[in-house]
Amino acid sequence: MELTKEQRIEMYWMMLLARRLDERAWVLHRQGKIAFHISGIGQEAAQVGAAFALNRGEDWVTPYYRDLALMICLGYTPREFVLSLMGKQGEPSSGGRQMPSHWSLRRANAVSHSAPVATQACHAAGIALAMKMQKKDQVVLTTIGEGSTSQGEWYEAVNWAAVHQLPVIFLVENNQYAISVPQEKQMAVRSSADKACGLGLEGLTVDGTDPYKVYEVVARAAEKARSGNGPTVIEARMYRITPHSSDDDDRTYRSREEVEEHKQRDPILVVRSRLEQEGLLTPEQVEGMEARAREMVDDAVQFATQAPYPNVEEGTYPVYAEEVRHD
Amino acid sequence: MAKITMREAISQALWEEMERDPKVFILGEEVGVWGGTYAVTKGFYDHFGPERVRDTPIAEAAIVGAAIGASMRGLRPIAELMTINFAFSAMDHIVNEAAKMHYMFNGQMTLPMVIRTVGGGGRQLGATHSQTPDAIFAHFPGLKVVAPGTPADAKGLLKSAIRSNDPIFFIEHATLYQTRGEVPEGEHLVPIGKSTVQRTGRDVTVVTYSKGLEISLKAAEQLAKDGIEIEVVDLRTLRPLDMEPVLESFKKTNRAVIVEEGWLSFGVGAEISARIYEDAFDYVDAPIRRVAQKEVPLPYNRTLEQMALPQVEDVIKAVKEVI
Ligand SMILES: Cc1ncc(C[n+]2csc(CCOP(=O)(O)OP(=O)(O)O)c2C)c(N)n1
Ligand SMILES: [Mg+2]
Repeated sequence: MELTKEQRIEMYWMMLLARRLDERAWVLHRQGKIAFHISGIGQEAAQVGAAFALNRGEDWVTPYYRDLALMICLGYTPREFVLSLMGKQGEPSSGGRQMPSHWSLRRANAVSHSAPVATQACHAAGIALAMKMQKKDQVVLTTIGEGSTSQGEWYEAVNWAAVHQLPVIFLVENNQYAISVPQEKQMAVRSSADKACGLGLEGLTVDGTDPYKVYEVVARAAEKARSGNGPTVIEARMYRITPHSSDDDDRTYRSREEVEEHKQRDPILVVRSRLEQEGLLTPEQVEGMEARAREMVDDAVQFATQAPYPNVEEGTYPVYAEEVRHD
Repeated sequence: MAKITMREAISQALWEEMERDPKVFILGEEVGVWGGTYAVTKGFYDHFGPERVRDTPIAEAAIVGAAIGASMRGLRPIAELMTINFAFSAMDHIVNEAAKMHYMFNGQMTLPMVIRTVGGGGRQLGATHSQTPDAIFAHFPGLKVVAPGTPADAKGLLKSAIRSNDPIFFIEHATLYQTRGEVPEGEHLVPIGKSTVQRTGRDVTVVTYSKGLEISLKAAEQLAKDGIEIEVVDLRTLRPLDMEPVLESFKKTNRAVIVEEGWLSFGVGAEISARIYEDAFDYVDAPIRRVAQKEVPLPYNRTLEQMALPQVEDVIKAVKEVI
């Protein structure tokens, strides 16, 4: 369970790639080349930490919209992401049918993301139930924002998983806001992990800007789930550095000073300097990573820009597995 | 008369009613500090305070359920559901509770509440963010379902809704907020449950509401160039449904097209055409046509989305088919 040096460096690389890709999405939006973006900037550390704690390719994930870094760890490519931003043909989540960042990548066992929040928690419980019935040694990771844990569906899913000791990890990415609404208007507890207590399962809070700490906590929860000891709620604390989405102006509800303060503690900077201090990375190596990320992001944008849009007929199917046409 | 946007009209209605009656208050996600997802309640929080403009947790069932509870105590809550797609998370409270309580308990408690929500597609928000399921809500006796198509009607109907002693499901269309129109100054009320003629014509009766009104009026302009005059009847309220202006117009034109943004099957068009056949069969000169959304979840990509949504050309084609 101990991370190797190579793994720790790879985790930083995943964070960095997701960040540069995410930043480019904002640029594309400003250029009018995409209709919408919802960002994971500031949340990469927790996502990468959690992803590395899974048996990727075997375990399942029901993610939420900020999980670009998590998806990258599951093998989602920059080209695929930019295709989805542009609603292009061949985009693997939906073929241009669903909004960007509503991941569903069957080949990576990442499924089921809707626009109404919290539905994925229930699906995770059902997936875990099936795993148990099928006697598989797998777990489900499901993520959600802290505000969305106010939904009845989240409690229902957690409660059910606890009652049946299902192999689920409920990871809450607490970025302190739900659009404009701060945490204290969503819940009376200090951490959403405290909610687990009343439902009879373990709840843990972890620094979500430290990928290695998140890894440890999630890896332990995964081992517990695999050995039949049920679900865990984990809250990873972090900060949403960007506005809620490309439709939001966050100056109306939080100060620039507050945002700046958190930018100083940006996990990308903190992890980098830590790895440098520990002698695992040199500034030259980081430069190399930056260049590689830039190259991959440029390539993705170029590739997606040239890709065709879906044909109009593609919009008419596949409504049913057993197709019924209304012509 | 002042020309204002639909957004301003709705905002004015809320503001005036809150000024008039201290029992009126707003609850919903992002309605306070942020001023509402569509900026309808901008400035309300500062003026009316956090007691009467309440930011709630993300919990639609509790928002509607709490509005039911508060209205039983005589307050007049306006529960805002950020979009109609999230109303499904509160469906039990809307259709099993709000719609039935007055009847089930023999009138012991009234529910003077409004559920304000935003429906409609056309903004590239994907299948679970862009629905027009208005007809579903109109299916339930006990709810009144209002969906205005002009700023004047939006203001007048919303004010009536807030004063009504029944639960009102008030649907605004996401792409109509910038629509401008004349709104009478001063006290302006429009009765719930009254359809109206928005454009007169002799050749074909076009029955529609909400976004469909905009599409139909555009079609009317183009058809007029070909010498075809359509009469556009705006339902404004889906339940209770006022068929009188529809039937009156139909008896004159003997032809009808129904235009709605929701899906075709089991939609508003099905209801209206059935009623015309039932109540004006002797006047029918051509099969009634329906224009509606294609039977797919609304796709994200712009071209696909526009393919699925009813267009002005679809209305023109349908009108020409019935002539
Ligand atoms: C059922 C439902 N209600 C409301 C919304 C609108 N909405 C989208 S994101 C969001 C805030 C979610 O906040 P949080 O769960 O903290 O996640 P974050 O965006 O902060 O990552 C809201 C209210 C929605 N998508 N679904
Ligand atoms: Mg949040």
